[in-house]
Amino acid sequence: MNIRHLLLGAAASLALAPAAFAERGADGHVSIIYWQAPSILNPFLSGGTKDIEAASLVIEPLARYDQDGNMVPWLAEEIPTVENGGVASDLTSITWKLKPGLVWSDGSPVTAEDVKFTADYCMNEEMGCAQGSKFQGVKSVEVVDELTVKVTFEGPKPFPYGPFVGAQSPIIQKAQFENCTGAKAPSCTDANFGPIGTGPFRVTEFRPNDVIQMEANPNYRDPNKPAFATLTFKGGGDAAAAGRAVLETGEFDYAWNLQLAPDVLANMEAAGKGKVVAGFGTLVERIMVNLTDPSPNLPEGERSTRKHPHPFLSDPQVREALSLAIDRQLLTEIGYGQAGRPTCNVLPAPAIYASDVNDSCLVQDIERAKKILEADGWVDTNGDGVRERDGVELRILYQTSTNAVRQDFQALIKQWWAEIGVATELRNIDASVFFGGDPGSPDTFQKFYADVEMYANNFDGTDPEAYMANWRCDKIASPETQWQGENVPRFCNAAYDALTDAMARTASIEKRAELAKMMNDILMQNHIMIPLVDRGRVSAHSNTLGGVVLNTWDSELWNAADWYRIK
Amino acid sequence: MTDTMPSNAELEAIRPPRSQWWDVWDQFKTHKGALLGAGFFVLVILAVVAGPFLWHIDPTYIDIRARNQGPSLAHPFGTDQLGRDTFARMLAGGRVSVAVGVTAMLLSLVLGTAVGVLAGYFKRLDGPLMRLTDLFLALPLLPLLLVIIMLFRDTLRAAFGPEGGIFILIVFVIGITSWMQTARIVRGDVLALKEREFVLAARSIGTPPRRMIRRHILPNVLSPIMVSATLGIANAIITESALSFLGLGFPSDFPTWGRLLFDATDYLQQYPERVLWPGLAISLTVLSVNYIGDGLRDALDPRIRGR
Repeated sequence: MNIRHLLLGAAASLALAPAAFAERGADGHVSIIYWQAPSILNPFLSGGTKDIEAASLVIEPLARYDQDGNMVPWLAEEIPTVENGGVASDLTSITWKLKPGLVWSDGSPVTAEDVKFTADYCMNEEMGCAQGSKFQGVKSVEVVDELTVKVTFEGPKPFPYGPFVGAQSPIIQKAQFENCTGAKAPSCTDANFGPIGTGPFRVTEFRPNDVIQMEANPNYRDPNKPAFATLTFKGGGDAAAAGRAVLETGEFDYAWNLQLAPDVLANMEAAGKGKVVAGFGTLVERIMVNLTDPSPNLPEGERSTRKHPHPFLSDPQVREALSLAIDRQLLTEIGYGQAGRPTCNVLPAPAIYASDVNDSCLVQDIERAKKILEADGWVDTNGDGVRERDGVELRILYQTSTNAVRQDFQALIKQWWAEIGVATELRNIDASVFFGGDPGSPDTFQKFYADVEMYANNFDGTDPEAYMANWRCDKIASPETQWQGENVPRFCNAAYDALTDAMARTASIEKRAELAKMMNDILMQNHIMIPLVDRGRVSAHSNTLGGVVLNTWDSELWNAADWYRIK
Repeated sequence: MTDTMPSNAELEAIRPPRSQWWDVWDQFKTHKGALLGAGFFVLVILAVVAGPFLWHIDPTYIDIRARNQGPSLAHPFGTDQLGRDTFARMLAGGRVSVAVGVTAMLLSLVLGTAVGVLAGYFKRLDGPLMRLTDLFLALPLLPLLLVIIMLFRDTLRAAFGPEGGIFILIVFVIGITSWMQTARIVRGDVLALKEREFVLAARSIGTPPRRMIRRHILPNVLSPIMVSATLGIANAIITESALSFLGLGFPSDFPTWGRLLFDATDYLQQYPERVLWPGLAISLTVLSVNYIGDGLRDALDPRIRGR
């Protein structure tokens, strides 16, 4: 984490500052609706987003991610890195320092003991911690002094920001949970329903699967925040009802995750009571290109394997032309509205990992696509509207899962490809079969018995190392791997593999970002996959609620302390 | 004077000779519903066969600027979410749906009649054929179709193209899974007919079984066969719609009535008319065919005819 990002973070929080001029509790009441109701406020006992986000109003981690996916120190003084000595040079340990003077909502001080206790609590094997993956590879957590805690890993960890980072692993109070460890954890109802925290609010009443009442934390570290004295967190219903409650009737101030059709959402917003906000993560709808021959004439076991290169898609010019012919702007508008944005990268976020050298694909260019094909020798000699070369016609079988938006995309793309002289046959497969991964079925996306296929994929968290390693040679889905593996284009490139190896050894965030961008650019410039739409998350807030910054990397309520009422 | 008046006997002679089919038609005409149904069905057939020659908009052409439009002169049924003309899609879709219905009906009719007649006429074949019928009755259509599509799709696609291959597949599957009722009804009728005096008489003069079936049995079981034929069309149209509705079968951009209905359900709230057109077409066609069957049953039964 360099100084630039810290400054950016500081600048961002300054921009949200108007509320800070008001005094605590001056803005009265705020109400939030989640159409999935929280059933517990302890993220270590629940993997549900609704529970984690509700709890994030009360309990906080040492560091969290901002709206761009950058880490910002929260309860910690700064983000430990190799440069500032926080991360050991052999990458096996990380040392966190707490901000001095932090107190829990009951007035007692927050110490390194609480941090260590949190780790021990979740790492207790009898408990079955829901956030166990955050603590994977942790050997021990030691208290160095009152405010310093050292996490030691079993081996070198180039990305050591698992424990205590993000809404999934907040710090809980040792005094409150001391007698609730291991198998006893779920039975401590009082603690699980009303954790004592450091966050801007504290729980006054918790009704599981229904509603939570909260009030401002009197001991919150910023004396002027939060602006709201009380908060209602209502759960239940469905996305449409939640959207209506904020956008049409104005009963609530904030509604989470409105997965609705673009025109439905636009109609609600037209009522004028609220605003729809979108945040973008890493979920990219893309077309995968098969570099191997899926012809049914090949014997089973050789079909769609690297033994037989694809008759025309192995030609990079053809792949480029296919990508150029697509109008991503229009696809986004029709399929996702505000919940999508056109993209030219398979790794569109977090911001530091997003490459900007491929953005020329955002503009559809049918004429150039035609020229590329012509220059490459693909011409329509027999007048059937389909280009051919050496007797090979550009006829594509295009498969995807059964889903209204995807079928619309297929129809549109088919028409654009027809304009450049490529004939397309569409196929849609039931999603449970397509994504089912059954090696016995010919219709899975890994088996890829088609020329191109479309689906969306993303990765968990903010670190793309494992995700980018998906397109290594050894991740190719083939009969030898029982058709498992995310490398469905059957892409194999030694330079790419070397970059993934380098990333696994690199600790500096900037260098990692550079490597990830290079990998993304190799994939994009070879047109191994054709990214279409970066699909985001959509929430809505009332016109009178200020300070909302939608964050898809952490809890959506991450900056609730900065929210205020616009008068 | 009296010479110019034709006698009663002469009147009888002048009257045109009547065939059995004239009698059937006369009886059929008295059934209002059947007449209406037949009229509508003929209209549908004419529309889907001749329609695409008169209405020139390509049903798969996307005009993105004209999306989600209501009915207008340019688009009498409006356009869908991608700006495709709904009227053109209805015509093209009807063509496929009706073709599937009629072809699958013919297939199931041939199969059902053959099995029914053979089982009824030849005692030796009765047991095995009826057990086979029971077996087919127990087959669930949808899973069977899924398996068949998975197994034969690529082969048929290579041989007949994507649409032709699926058409053959769907017709075949509907045909071989809907002949059982016909077979059972026909067998029952044949069993009863076999004991009648005229059959005994024919057999006593040495008529071979082949001719017995063609000359004496088949004409007499025609009425149940005709009725199950009409019901078969309706059934096949509905099955094809159900398959398309589930997203199986034809490619997603290939319109059929069932597919149009399936695509429209997502827009039920905003554009209810989009569900209305294919829904109406399917129900009215099926209803009209059922009425035709009803009328035919009355008309073909000599005991009801003339009453």
